[in-house]
This record gives sequence, structure tokens and C-alpha cells, in this order.
Amino acid sequence: MANLIGLTIEHARAGLIKGDFTASELAIAHISAMEEARSLNCWITETPELALEQAAQSDERRKNGEVGAMEGIPIGIKDLFCTDGVLTTAGSHILDGFKPPYESTVTANLLHAGAVSLGKLNMDEFAMGSSNMTSYYGPVENPWKRRDDPEIKLVPGGSSGGSAAAVAARAVIAATGTDTGGSIRQPASLTGIVGLKPTYGRCSRWGIVAFASSLDQAGPLTRTVKDAAIMLGAMAGYDAKDSTCVDRPVPDYAAALTGDIRGLRVGVPDEYRVEGMPAEIEALWRQGIDWLKAAGAAIVDISLPHTKYALPTYYIVAPAEASSNLARYDGVRYGLRVDGETIQKMYENTRGEGFGAEVKRRILIGTYVLSAGYYDAYYLQAQRVRTRIAKDFRAAWGKVDVVLTPTAPNAAFAQGENMDDPIAMYLNDVFTVPASLAGLPAISVPAGLSSDGLPLGLQLIGRVFDEETVLRAAHVLESAAEFNAVPQFVVG
Amino acid sequence: MALDRTTVRKMARLARLRVDDDALDGLAGELSNIIGWVESLAEVKTEGVEPMTSAAETSLHMRKDEVTEGNLEEKVLLNAPEPAHGFYTVPKVME
Repeated sequence: MANLIGLTIEHARAGLIKGDFTASELAIAHISAMEEARSLNCWITETPELALEQAAQSDERRKNGEVGAMEGIPIGIKDLFCTDGVLTTAGSHILDGFKPPYESTVTANLLHAGAVSLGKLNMDEFAMGSSNMTSYYGPVENPWKRRDDPEIKLVPGGSSGGSAAAVAARAVIAATGTDTGGSIRQPASLTGIVGLKPTYGRCSRWGIVAFASSLDQAGPLTRTVKDAAIMLGAMAGYDAKDSTCVDRPVPDYAAALTGDIRGLRVGVPDEYRVEGMPAEIEALWRQGIDWLKAAGAAIVDISLPHTKYALPTYYIVAPAEASSNLARYDGVRYGLRVDGETIQKMYENTRGEGFGAEVKRRILIGTYVLSAGYYDAYYLQAQRVRTRIAKDFRAAWGKVDVVLTPTAPNAAFAQGENMDDPIAMYLNDVFTVPASLAGLPAISVPAGLSSDGLPLGLQLIGRVFDEETVLRAAHVLESAAEFNAVPQFVVG
Repeated sequence: MALDRTTVRKMARLARLRVDDDALDGLAGELSNIIGWVESLAEVKTEGVEPMTSAAETSLHMRKDEVTEGNLEEKVLLNAPEPAHGFYTVPKVME
């Protein structure tokens, strides 16, 4: 039997179809891989028995000729997705012991498509963070190391840090993530994998623990663009249980990967040349432009004038929505309860103990910008600036079909770095937040290595519901970049 | 605008977050930095600009007004910290 570790969705599907191996064999191999990768702390909950059960059912379905798009593929689930009967923590102490009696729509779609879930992946608490350092369950280690300093533990980015580390280390073939301001794309960039945030409304948010509801969107983390296309197709679709989920057909995304981008207009926004950006990121961006040009794309300089206001806008809108969404954690109906003499004290004690420092910070900021006397100056103004950011993109779509930018302003940093200054950590999302605010699809593709030998990604942003063009361009970028570097830690 | 101890205490009270007195000064400093940083938004001209409340360019679906789920008492209480007699429980709220 062939080595079953390190396969892509595409190749695992081919092997399963040919009968080279069964879903059960694939699951057993990945249960060992999951155990081997424990040192990275990417798992919060492992569900090997469930995986074996699902794999056996998958093998049975295949015998009966029922084969879904993800049939028999072992994946990991970010612990923000509610999973029926399986502990769901959102990386927070406050959800201690919470076992939802229901399944999120996206994970239900994946299971329906035949996927086999190995377990729940670590993440920043309530998806608030860019390093996975804010998890109650401890930091995740990036499987990549600095070439000259292999002892230093690096972060995998966040908030989908466990998902990114597990995929990069080959512990799973793919994983789900969620992206509010960059939480799929930034960790994908920092771990050398592909991360796709779909258009807002493409995937149902039902059953995903809410952070900022006007921004949250689920998407795949995979090792190839083709895999991202396959997995998105299985995740997406209309759901009556999420009123913002859009009712439009799910195209065959993999069919969009024609390899032909001749005549495609690629926008390069001047405003993304931010002060202090490392020269190697600037150089990689230029390299990306050259690759797309060589493939026949037309490069167009564009302007997105409100780019510099995107992060401040995000850090009003997202905490405001979070402070409202997180009001539900009160110790009454589920999760942690810390007793108090009165009901007010019980709420305050539960929330004081149950939330970590970053979550508290954001709840307080959100409460402040929504409070009487400040609402207009902060929250309403931020919503208006958000309109202008979205309009910048809309104007650009008259001239270009996709926009190319770096994904993150830096490679993976050390655990503990950027922890003293929240704003320094927030700056990690400077290139990913604008597309989130505008609700646009965007992907990070691994494109090169830093001077330290760490992966760097490039981002492609597309029009609303035009994931196909984004994926097509990303596929060409991927082929040109020929990124085949492997992290220092891989299983198998 | 700088947030002082009193403002942080008030926000914590509004958000039902227990914050110890010795943490107030640190938080006031951190939150002031963040608020100072987002204040650059004030320089953007937004007269006549509609606030963006949703990224979804879609109108809401109508559905039939009918019960789709129910009789889930057991499931609803499954994760409750201290359920009793088919109810959630909280500390006494009336004397």
C-alpha cells in the first residue's frame, strides 16, 4: 500500500476511486498522523473513534456507488464549528464542556459530501487573534522553523492556527477555517498552504460560534488551489437557517482552473505599499506580478484610497459586533458558571474568569464604541467608512478582474512576540482586512520563502461571488511559483 | 480620547465583566491606545454616505410562519450548568 500521508484531496480521491486504499485505511493512517503531530498542540479534541465510524460508512457508500465530493477524505475542523455531541470550545474557557446537540451547516455539508472528521482544531479564543496565542488551550506551534534559529518556536498565525499547522504538517489533508479579518489567509501565508475566504454569504454561518456576524465567513485550508476549489464546493450552498446566506447555485469550482488567464486584468493597488514593509515581501509581490504577466494577464495600477482606514474601521466594527454576540455567555445555559451571590455577580464572575485578556479587551472596546455619546463618532462613522472601502473596490472592478497583494506584512514570528502591544498584532491583518470589510472572496497562495526560510503568501481578491476567477488566477500563480518547500516538522 | 479608570469600570459594568481594581489602570492604557489609533477615521469625509450594515448584497427570504422545531427540552437543557425540574437555574433574584 502506498504512503497515505501527504496526499492532496485530489490524489486521495483518485486513490480511493482506483481502489488503491480504502477510506478506513486512510483514516487509520491519519489517526496516527494526528497523534504524531500532538507536539504542535494543534488539536483541542481528537475524535478517532468517530473518524473510523465515518470512514467505514464511507467505504460502505462507495460500494453502493454513492460517492460525494469529499468521500473518504480525512479533515480537521476548526473548533469554532459546532459539532453534534463533540466538545466545541471556540478556544475559550467559557465554553467548558459544551457539547452542541446539533451540527453546523458547513460541517454537515462536508460530512454529507463524505468527509471524515479527525477532530477539532485549536484556534485563537473566539477567533480573536493573529497568532493562536490567545487560545485557552495554549499556543500552537508552526511546523516551520527559521533556518538559522531552529530552536525558536514560531506561531502559525491565527485565528485558524491549529487548522493551518495541521494541514502544513500533513496531519490532515485539509481543514476548515473561518475568516473575519484574515483568520484563514494570514495563517495560510505563515504556514505555506492555501487558504480561501469565500464571498460573505457563500457559506452558511449557522452553527459557527459568532464573532463579528457581518464579517465571519467559513472557508477551506488546503495544500493546493485545486483542493481549495473542491472543498469550497462541498462547504458552500444556500441555508435557510442563515438569513445572510445567499441563494445562488454552487458552481463546479475545480472546473474553473483552466490554467488560462490570458487577457485577465490584474490590479495592483498602490496603497498596499505600506511603510516598513520588508523588502523581501515587496520583491515577492513584484515576482507575483511578473508571473501573472508572463501567463498573459494585463497588469493595471489601481488605487484603493481608503485602504489605510480599513484596520481602524475593522477594530471598531468587529469588537462592536463581538461585544453584542458574546453577551450570550452568561453562565446560565451552557459552558462555565462561576457562582456569585446575586445573578449580576454570577454573570460578572463567569465572564471575568471565562474570557481571556484579548477577548475582554475587545468586549470593552466594543461596549465603549456602542455606548451613549460615542456611538455616532465611532461606530456609525466606522460603518460609513466601511461603505467607502467597499466603494473603492467597486470602482476598481471597472478596470480589473482580480487584485494582487501580499497576504501578510511578515513571515511567521516567534511565540510571545507582538504580545505587549495589541496594535502591533493587529497590523498583521493590514492586507486581509479590506476584502473582509467589503465581503469579497480572497485567497492566499504560498509563493516563496523569506530569507529565514519561512513561507510567504500572495493574496488574490475578486469580485463578489467570483470565486472562480480568483481560483483560476490562484492556480496559475501556484503553478508559476512551484512552491514545494516542506516544513521542518512533517508527520510520516 | 483617553479612557480613565472610571470609564473602564463603567464599560466593564455594562459588559458584565468582572475586572479587578488593580487591572483598571493597565486596561485604561491599552484601550486608550486602541481608541487613539482608530480615531484617524474622523478625518474621512462621510457626509451623505450610508452606513454599511451588511456585506451581503441580498434581500431576506420570506418563509412560511410555521413551527419547524419543538419539544427539545432535553436537548435545550443538555449543556445547562445546574438545570432543575426542566428549567435553567440562576441565583435568587427576589427577596
